[in-house]
Amino acid sequence: MNINLTLIGQAISFTIFVWFCMRFIWPPVINALEARKKRIADGLADADAAKTERERAEQEAQQTTGQAREEASRILAQAERRASEIVAESRTTAKTEGERILTQAQEEIEKNTQQVREQLRGEVATLAIAGAEAVLQREVDATAHADALEQLAERL
Amino acid sequence: MATEYATGADYIKHHLTNLTFGQHPDGSWGLAHSREQVEAMGFWAIHVDSMAWAVGLGVLFLALFGYAARRATEGVPGGFQNAVEQIIEFIDGTVRDSFSHRNRIVAPLALCSFMWIFLMNLMDLVPVDWVPWAFSLVGVHYMKIVPTTDPNVTMGMSLSIFALVLYYSLRRKGIGGFLGELTLHPFSAKNPFLKALLIPINLFLEGVALLAKPVSHGLRLFGNLYAGEMIFILIALLPLWAQWTLSVPWAIFHVLVILLQAFIFMVLTVVYLNIAHDTGEH
Repeated sequence: MNINLTLIGQAISFTIFVWFCMRFIWPPVINALEARKKRIADGLADADAAKTERERAEQEAQQTTGQAREEASRILAQAERRASEIVAESRTTAKTEGERILTQAQEEIEKNTQQVREQLRGEVATLAIAGAEAVLQREVDATAHADALEQLAERL
Repeated sequence: MATEYATGADYIKHHLTNLTFGQHPDGSWGLAHSREQVEAMGFWAIHVDSMAWAVGLGVLFLALFGYAARRATEGVPGGFQNAVEQIIEFIDGTVRDSFSHRNRIVAPLALCSFMWIFLMNLMDLVPVDWVPWAFSLVGVHYMKIVPTTDPNVTMGMSLSIFALVLYYSLRRKGIGGFLGELTLHPFSAKNPFLKALLIPINLFLEGVALLAKPVSHGLRLFGNLYAGEMIFILIALLPLWAQWTLSVPWAIFHVLVILLQAFIFMVLTVVYLNIAHDTGEH
């Protein structure tokens, strides 16, 4: 319990220790802590930014997908419409073509019939004259009886 | 151990005597060989054991922390570096909480006080007879290994801090401001005559309050550790088979005491310096 020089000795060593602490221990450790704190904060901020970016990208992707889907359905509808149009068109074309062919054929038939009829008519007239010649046993003047023959032929 | 001494009182006395180097009354210099010789040496003597253990522990602290500080990086810290950083962050937080000015000295001062006192207190947990016995084998008769049970050590620290408090008080407030703080509070008056009359009263009150700070600061630490040491010594006087029943609980309790006292000393250091910086401009 004696107060002696130890008091001063302790004060001196305390001063030296505090000086050492202030010079060589406190600043490097605190600086390292600050630097690390900053690095962690930066890392967290980066992570946040990346998260926002990812969310944005996701949204964009969703939007694009939606657009694509819409586009696809639009194209599909268009194609369907076009297909039915084409079907209808070709149906019309076919119908017209068929009718045309039919008409043509009918005309052909008509023409042929006409031709045959003309031919027949001529032949019948000849036949009739030959018949009449045979019946009358005499020459008939074809020119003189042309009117009668014409009338005959008309009735055929 | 206690059986080697004539009485329990002798044993206690022996364990509470420092290894002292100084001038004998006959003019020769040397170690004191008894309590009486120590008393006779007066002020011009030094406690070799207190100084050696204190400086040794201080150097140990600086070496450990200096090692960690030199290797401090902002990267992932290793186990030891992490422990040092934990302590430093804890001190830093405490200083931030109770010190509201800018001063480069305060935080390292707080760290140094805390760790050094903690290590010195920690010596209290070494069984009281081990080290003195080991030293007695090499012919050294006195050896107190807990520097904080020496009032010279604790008062040396608290007076150093008091010097800092005075320095910053004067620097921040000026001589007039500091004297004003000492003489115009807590009693103040508008009337100049009354004011002059109150000055001695205020000076007495404030002076006592000011001087009580370093004294209580140092003696609180000393008293707690001295009492703790004393109880360990008393427990060591019990028969060998009974000692553990008391020494183990007391040691466990003492773990709290040594930490708490180191913490209190540090906090008071910071608070006193904060008061020294306060210029009253609130």
